[in-house]
Amino acid sequence: MSHSPSAALPVGHYAYDDVDRTFLKQRVAQFKDQVERRLSGALTEEEFKPLRLMNGLYLQLHAYMLRVAIPYGVLDAKQMRVLAHIARTYDRDYGHFTTRQNIQFNWIRLEDTPEILNVLADTDMHAIQTSGNCIRNVTADQFAGAAADEVLDPRVYAEILRQWSTLHPEFTFLPRKFKIAISGSQQDRVAARFHDIGLIAREGENGRPVFEVFVGGGLGRTPIIGVRLRDDLPEEDLIAYLEAVLRVYNAHGRRDNIYKARIKILVQALGTEEFLNQVNAEFAAMDRARYRLPEATVEAIRARFGAPDFAPVGNAAEKLAAQRKADRAFDAWVHTNTHPHKQPGYCSVTVSCKPAGGIPGDVTSAQMDLLADLAERYSFGELRITHLQNVVLGHLRQDALYDVWQALEKNGLGEANVGFITDIVACPGLDYCALANARSIPIAQKLSSRFANADLQREIGPLRLNISGCINACGHHHAGHIGILGVDKRGEEAFQITLGGSAGDGDASIGQILGSAMSEDETVDAIARIIDTYLSRRTAGERFIETCRRLGTAPFKDAAYATA
Amino acid sequence: MPLLENGQIIQDTWQIAVEGDSLPTGNVLVPLARLSEGLGRNTDARLGVVLTSADEVETLRDALPRLDVVSLTFPIFRDGRPFTQARALREHLHFKGEIRAGGHVLPDQYEFLLRCGVTAIDLPEGSDPAVWQRAHEAFTVAYQPSILNEQAEGFALRRRLT
Repeated sequence: MSHSPSAALPVGHYAYDDVDRTFLKQRVAQFKDQVERRLSGALTEEEFKPLRLMNGLYLQLHAYMLRVAIPYGVLDAKQMRVLAHIARTYDRDYGHFTTRQNIQFNWIRLEDTPEILNVLADTDMHAIQTSGNCIRNVTADQFAGAAADEVLDPRVYAEILRQWSTLHPEFTFLPRKFKIAISGSQQDRVAARFHDIGLIAREGENGRPVFEVFVGGGLGRTPIIGVRLRDDLPEEDLIAYLEAVLRVYNAHGRRDNIYKARIKILVQALGTEEFLNQVNAEFAAMDRARYRLPEATVEAIRARFGAPDFAPVGNAAEKLAAQRKADRAFDAWVHTNTHPHKQPGYCSVTVSCKPAGGIPGDVTSAQMDLLADLAERYSFGELRITHLQNVVLGHLRQDALYDVWQALEKNGLGEANVGFITDIVACPGLDYCALANARSIPIAQKLSSRFANADLQREIGPLRLNISGCINACGHHHAGHIGILGVDKRGEEAFQITLGGSAGDGDASIGQILGSAMSEDETVDAIARIIDTYLSRRTAGERFIETCRRLGTAPFKDAAYATA
Repeated sequence: MPLLENGQIIQDTWQIAVEGDSLPTGNVLVPLARLSEGLGRNTDARLGVVLTSADEVETLRDALPRLDVVSLTFPIFRDGRPFTQARALREHLHFKGEIRAGGHVLPDQYEFLLRCGVTAIDLPEGSDPAVWQRAHEAFTVAYQPSILNEQAEGFALRRRLT
């Protein structure tokens, strides 16, 4: 491990100082006061609700749920151990990683929450703005700062936006929630066009970054692909421009109907051109000096990030090659679960939180502790949660992979299925959520078991399967190559299938509904027949999504509704 | 109603225009629809405007130099439009007079209101100003610029709250 001066700073995320820590303690004290005012009746339940939501506290079907923020998905080993401690002490020994790179605990008692927030604050964590009609956790590329294809590290900007949006005086009571994602790679791994604001950073002419700005994308009841407002927003105008977009939204977004309140509806109602005109008018009128983001500020934030101190790796690549040759299962895992690193001899690993027949994104306290240990030992203490509900170890020496894989294998985290059909994204569904129409988890488990065979998954190849328990689409079913939507069919849980959605890589598309809803078991069988159709109709090397686009939905619809 | 200004409860000397009645002689707050009537009064008494959260502050641009008060209204505390109205009055229209916030406002929103340019709160009868003062003192740092030109706190975008 490194002993350079920067080793004192956590690798991959912003290091708090005393000012930041004081702020977190003040936030906990404020929440404690709010809970007391609720109990005394000074706050009505209606008034208390948005205040607790902005501290991540939901009331679900059976209990309170606490959603803890993991800014841009990055945390360190110490913080992961605190999450394990919370799961063990205040919950039922597990947590659930979410599609916004956060973690949620599903069995929390209201009276424990001020204490939990205090425990979190002790390791520079919080639950601020993980819910409510405010700017939510800013998400970033899970391979940020590591990926070979990266142009620049987006996490510094994600941190700037996190700070700027924290208790923002003007934008804390927006018409609806507001989600921002940022990537620093031309490979869009953050689904930028499915966010209220999506940012793609690249190098500008003067050596400072410029941003491509997408606005008005989203899933939910009305899936819409975001429109590009700017191609080359300069770094110094990043805050000013986002302020302008949010002012137009805060002033004119609909507040009469919760289902029409997202910015995408405003953009659609005004039309892109008129919306852009209003943003530009605000941008031109505002006091730009006040909102300017100076280079010195960016660098001051950057200086609070630790960076990995890569050691010479010797013959790591050869050692890995030999180990892959000797162990076929390991080879398969390396093939699916690693990602190229910019540093020779290193790679990033995606740890699958999708074991065969398991619950997507659920991790036990013991597994969290193991991940913390591995991060500390092999990956500069850094961990990342992905928006596909897995965990990434960002910087592993190639000759450490075999040890890491064996440790993961022993603890139920060694599944070699990243990017395959069993790497399912699912919302909590009716097992927990008060909004759901159907349970997402049991059908996810059945599909995971159905396709568990490693050779079969490899044969099928890259495929995104997303499950939402209701039309609010927290499982992003519209963006799945195969999407499953839980509906209520005359009082019974039933499922619709969508086909052909895609979240990123410059080809975002919205899945098409195949037909009427089916029961859970019928849906699992229908998906098996859709896969058979793909396998028999694909051309050499053609991925599932490509075959869908070439053939259209008709043959898959026939297969799905064929009764053998 | 009691008015909270700079941490003090003060007596509100302003009257609110009553629908259907002619405007009173003293300092009066009128709705946007009666602005020209208010401006046309032949008096030394002062004039203010009460806005709904849906009103565009831009419509006040010409009248603003003759207004002493703009009163913003929260129909419910969740309707965040008055924050943008206050900030636009200060930043775009350079209004130097009093900005009030009334309607359904929570102490938990007090600091946000101040940082958007509001200077006085119409409190419901019987409100405890200590709760508002506590809310004002809850935080000593903010993470973004506001229309109050607060001092930098350390580095980056942080501002010291006083």
